[in-house]
Amino acid sequence: MTSTARSSLRAFWAVLGRDVFVTGREMPSFLAQVLVQPVALLFIFGKVLGQLGYTQPGYAQILLPGMIALNSFLVALQNTSFPLVLDFSYSREIEDRLLAPLPITWVAVEKMLFGALRGLFAALLMFPIGLLMLGNVTWDLSGLPFAVLCMVLGSLAGGAVGLTVGAAVPPRRINIMFAVILAPLIFTGASQFPWAQLDQLRWFQVVCAFNPLTYVSEGMRGALLPDVPHMAPWVCVLALLGACAVFGALGMRFFLRRALD
Amino acid sequence: MTAAVEVVDLVKHYPKSAHNAVDGLSFRVPPGEIFGLLGPNGAGKTTTVGILTTRVVLTSGYAAIGGVDVARDPVTARSKVAVVPQRVNLDRSLNVRQNLLFHASYHGIGRTERHALASELLERMGLADKSRARVDDLSGGQAQRLMIARALIHHPEVLFLDEPSTGLDPQARLFVHDRINDLRAEGVTVVLTTHDMKEAEKLSDRVGVVDHGRMLTVDTPAALIKSLPGSGTVDTRIRPNGADRDKLTELLAELPGVRRVEPLSGPATADGTDPEIALRLYVDADPGSLLGPVAAELHEHDVVVSDLSPGSASLEDVFIELTGRDLR
Repeated sequence: MTSTARSSLRAFWAVLGRDVFVTGREMPSFLAQVLVQPVALLFIFGKVLGQLGYTQPGYAQILLPGMIALNSFLVALQNTSFPLVLDFSYSREIEDRLLAPLPITWVAVEKMLFGALRGLFAALLMFPIGLLMLGNVTWDLSGLPFAVLCMVLGSLAGGAVGLTVGAAVPPRRINIMFAVILAPLIFTGASQFPWAQLDQLRWFQVVCAFNPLTYVSEGMRGALLPDVPHMAPWVCVLALLGACAVFGALGMRFFLRRALD
Repeated sequence: MTAAVEVVDLVKHYPKSAHNAVDGLSFRVPPGEIFGLLGPNGAGKTTTVGILTTRVVLTSGYAAIGGVDVARDPVTARSKVAVVPQRVNLDRSLNVRQNLLFHASYHGIGRTERHALASELLERMGLADKSRARVDDLSGGQAQRLMIARALIHHPEVLFLDEPSTGLDPQARLFVHDRINDLRAEGVTVVLTTHDMKEAEKLSDRVGVVDHGRMLTVDTPAALIKSLPGSGTVDTRIRPNGADRDKLTELLAELPGVRRVEPLSGPATADGTDPEIALRLYVDADPGSLLGPVAAELHEHDVVVSDLSPGSASLEDVFIELTGRDLR
């Protein structure tokens, strides 16, 4: 390995180490950020509506894998994009990292990877919370490894989309980012309903197919609840790899454009 | 010897701009020198520093730090430079000491060494008691000093300082100037961009004046001042006793060795007597040798002289001579 590659690698780990260190110090606010929304959704749709008799008994089972998928993808997305928008505008904190001895694209990869790690962590947290809240959950545990694979790919795809959004959205537009990007992603990601059963609502099914989150939800649900109609596993993996590649490349281009004049 | 900074025919064209921001700029800074890069707003200083610190991509030409081409090997170039920007860009999620420690770790400095260096630099920058403070709680001067400490912790070959004392009080400015002079003793090359001509004159071994993306001149401040036509001055304060001011100005300008005479704003007297007027004579000859002839000329016209003092032009005069008086 050349000395440049060695120093770049060392700098990469140091930059990642900085982000992990800061997360450790901000744990309570991080937990609030990643848990309040999915726990509230799970509670209302899985518990309250069920007990009032407005949803069918099996609905909570369908909802939980979707909520885990939602957390992996969305937390990764938000934790990559929001800090980037701020970094590139008023705080300029990222300059220190951009002047470190590593290629600028590696800084972008680090941001994406770190967002994905936070997404993965948030998704893992949903397992015990969901089990505790919903009581009896009957999962096919043999599907767990594939579910974890979907979670990992979902986090990475979330990080890649987050990089694209974070580097493309100008700071003065950050308030509309929530309305026009995050909200549609939450509700078109098949996390609250099985995508395969949408054939009566074809146009919506097509819309959902453009959301990478759909493939995380479908992959996880298919692995843990094989009896519920679902998308073929290989389609999910392929779509998520594709999303990682396309948004990763796009995000890196936008990032370079923001980082260099 | 390899230059610490070498720039040859550098050009930077921003896509939406009609002119080149940097337009064929060349200069060379030997190791250990403090080099002042001067120029009006929009002259291309910031872009040039941006290219040298790998944040701006050059359009054509060559720019190198310690022999490393910044365009071809930006990663190595980044390990050789440090930047103290005008705007605070410290890491707000970290405290003062952690800002130094993490910066050092990005640059591959081992744990023991970076802790020792952080303590030493905090001490040297007068921040030892702020070690655990949040960055947001620092004053402007403290943040500036922390950015200098951060820049120095990875032993850069070239330190870029952008307007180092803008917004600092005189004490803080003096402190920063002393630290910059320390760097000279340590052999660190410093490239300073500033509008403060006194600062540039005081700190720089050599200065380069840039305008419209081109280097107008490069030399030591003393040589630049000396090269200015009429670089000596004689300031005089007189009470005309009825003599016409324009006429006096004309008479003085005709003395041998005087290039031109400009009025200075003097204090007006309120007691109804003739107001005093202050004039500055720009002279080619040694200003001291002109005191006698000037005094004699004024005496001959019954003008009361209350002050007559020799002086020399400043770097600011050079700057204005080269770049003009127009606002940018």
